[in-house]
Amino acid sequence: MIQSLDDLENIKKERDSQYRKHKKTVRICFGPGCQASGSRKIYELLKAELKSESLQSKVRVVTTGCHGLCERGPLVILNDDEIFYQSIGKRKAKAEEEIRLIINTIKTGEIADKLLMDSHEKGKKYTSVKEIPFYSFQKKIILNIVGKIDPEYIDEYIAHDGYKALFKALTTMKSDEILGWVQKSGLRGRGGGGFATGAKWKSCKEAHGSPKYILANGDEGDPGAFMDRVLMEGNPHAILEGMIIGGYTIGSNQGYIYVRDEYPLAVKRLSTAIEQARKQGLLGTNIFNTGFDFDIAIVRGGGAFVCGESTALMSSLEGKSGEPRAKYIHTVERGLWDKPSNLNNVETWACIPVIINNGWEWFASIGNEKNKGTKVFSLVGKVKNTGLVEVPIGATLRQIIYDIGGGIQDDREFKAVQTGGPSGGCIPKEYLETPIDFDTLRELGSMMGSGGMIVMDDRNCMVDVARYFLKFLVEESCGKCVPCREGTRRMLEIVERICDGEGKEEDIAHLEELGRAVNIGSLCGLGQSAANPVLSTLKYFMDEYEAHIKDKKCPAGVCKPLIHYTILENCTGCTLCARECPSNCITGEKKKLHTINQDKCIKCGMCYEVCKFGAVKVV
Amino acid sequence: MIEFMIDGKKVRAQEGEFILPVALREGFDIPTLCHHETLGSDGRCRLCVVEVARGTRKRIVTSCLYQVAEGIEVSTNTPDVMLVRKSVIELLYARCPEAEVLQHLARKFGVEDVRYAKDHDKGKCILCNICIRTCAEIVGVSALGFSGKGMAKKVTTPFDEPSDACIACGACVVACPTGHIFMKDDKGVRTIWRKKFPLAQCPVCSRYHAPVEQLKYISKITNVPLETLMVCQDCK
Repeated sequence: MIQSLDDLENIKKERDSQYRKHKKTVRICFGPGCQASGSRKIYELLKAELKSESLQSKVRVVTTGCHGLCERGPLVILNDDEIFYQSIGKRKAKAEEEIRLIINTIKTGEIADKLLMDSHEKGKKYTSVKEIPFYSFQKKIILNIVGKIDPEYIDEYIAHDGYKALFKALTTMKSDEILGWVQKSGLRGRGGGGFATGAKWKSCKEAHGSPKYILANGDEGDPGAFMDRVLMEGNPHAILEGMIIGGYTIGSNQGYIYVRDEYPLAVKRLSTAIEQARKQGLLGTNIFNTGFDFDIAIVRGGGAFVCGESTALMSSLEGKSGEPRAKYIHTVERGLWDKPSNLNNVETWACIPVIINNGWEWFASIGNEKNKGTKVFSLVGKVKNTGLVEVPIGATLRQIIYDIGGGIQDDREFKAVQTGGPSGGCIPKEYLETPIDFDTLRELGSMMGSGGMIVMDDRNCMVDVARYFLKFLVEESCGKCVPCREGTRRMLEIVERICDGEGKEEDIAHLEELGRAVNIGSLCGLGQSAANPVLSTLKYFMDEYEAHIKDKKCPAGVCKPLIHYTILENCTGCTLCARECPSNCITGEKKKLHTINQDKCIKCGMCYEVCKFGAVKVV
Repeated sequence: MIEFMIDGKKVRAQEGEFILPVALREGFDIPTLCHHETLGSDGRCRLCVVEVARGTRKRIVTSCLYQVAEGIEVSTNTPDVMLVRKSVIELLYARCPEAEVLQHLARKFGVEDVRYAKDHDKGKCILCNICIRTCAEIVGVSALGFSGKGMAKKVTTPFDEPSDACIACGACVVACPTGHIFMKDDKGVRTIWRKKFPLAQCPVCSRYHAPVEQLKYISKITNVPLETLMVCQDCK
């Protein structure tokens, strides 16, 4: 049982001495991306190889949360100087050879060039994490130990000063003082709305009614977003610590974490963390001998996107179907079971220990005038370095997409970035220098959301993008209120018609009108932003809509009914396209110009993809 | 007492009251399909939207769920209000073209042209929740609920099977604002929600007067013997 600062220090010392016993450390990324590309297999192979070399007592192998650079996974990082080995075992046949190279580095210190990441300069490689722009441009205060610690052990968290903030808060600070710190830190809710966290806490603290509840939102459901997942899987104790401090501040003894059930590892890691925190007395009664009691339970969501909305989340938590309710009376006054409830995103909760440890002044020094601290983004789409990044709020889109993300794949032209999840909006290249924060994104017709960023290039059709997100929203609308349920579906019908080349000129005005009705007339935040994918693409990419409607053309070459493939004169007759074509509609003799039978062509684009001479054109 | 303005007229209301009932009491015409005076508000249909100005802040709210507050200015007829209201009518009309109440609203609000393909599989159900709430909150049996979400959402009995909880009272039929729910009495049998219920025959006048299940339920909650209830109202 941990009851004092000394107890925390002792665990830290013990861990440190254990660390010192091992001369070398290997960190294998067990984040979602790396696991999907086979990091578990690498871990097993490496363990076996270390055993056969009798090195297992000298080398500490840590399975960690996400390192961020998912594009290069599986990632293996060596020792304290953080030698960065990437794409290990990505090609199965090479896996054993690559493991032997890693063992060699461990034994001799010799760095295996083959396993390093190429740098911008031709022929040069990055050796350590610090040299890689993807990492050096980031500022990690939330994710800093995700990727370093094994999240299944509370001692690892404590060894990195975990639960010190809790001790400080409970034993040296009054609840009003903590509230003051959170207010002065300028922290805003990371779930999307960007509401001032301190103001929310204050309202809940002052609300009448008992008991009060502390809730954490881990119901991340945006396509392409995995910030919360990585945090829950990679550093679950930071969330717990934030929630306990929140409970003490607001006057609550019970917390719930709502996690979507599609994140089984997050559920497992959080459960383990709660169990271990209870065992150590950091959850339960009389925490740090202060007389303060707090406990946390996990509630698993059933998979509805709308349950990430605060009131729907609470309905679901109560065991009802996940339908939102009107928020004219705030949930801080009447939330879960009609009791005062303080809901924050898991990332917001993870900011709390950081603020308590480092002081509100420090936190407020990061970011810009109205937006403090950092924000985690999941950077996906047509960007070179897809992955998870953490930057001070106010970093520009260019910094995120180019400096960290490495620019657009194949050095193509950047067209737009979709932020804020499905009900966010698309921001065009004119705004690459815009500092990204809660307010600027809203002004641009998008939103921060929980931090999804989908990068698009000239091959993305913006009407098709609007169609994709709208379809997602139609499927995920809970169906409670008419504008969202019926309105988004009718908008989708119109957009699909435009993609099919059957758009009418009046469709644009109709979409604008209906989109506004959906946004101002819907009940919850999901419906109130459901038209954004259409409205923002109409705002910035009207020319593409017009091309679809008037010229019956899809400039990006995406909407199948509006395009066809043709083979140009520079065809070398290599026959590759003919061999790859699934509908056998390409004919031509060897070394002679090939042709596509348009009647049989299914427009799959395979010929376009495989042609090495750029001889296949989308018209 | 709270004083505030609706369309320039000063009105008074009790604290905690919602705008909609106050406005209706004061003679303003605000349409609604999911609000029911016995059940209260639900905020589903969005027909009752109004614009509320509070200081410099203006926004569209559902009047059925927005509590009155001192000094607010409510407008029932702004361009945004009419945009939402007419859009909702057009959307619901396309969903339920057979529903007379929607035909009437469309005429009243000048929604002449429905620009969407009309549905033919939704009947007259606008998913207002009134039947479900009536069944749960007034009758107290909770035989109905929603299943599915989005466009697949519908009112049904659990697992779409004949309900054990339903007492065939028909309160849902009476409460339904569009006349969607099917109920038929024929030869001593009531059919409702895909289930047949025997009707009780009055031992005095031989008239079929109520479902046996409903009488059993009333007997259970009131402790009035079933035999007494079997006699119809006219012969008691």
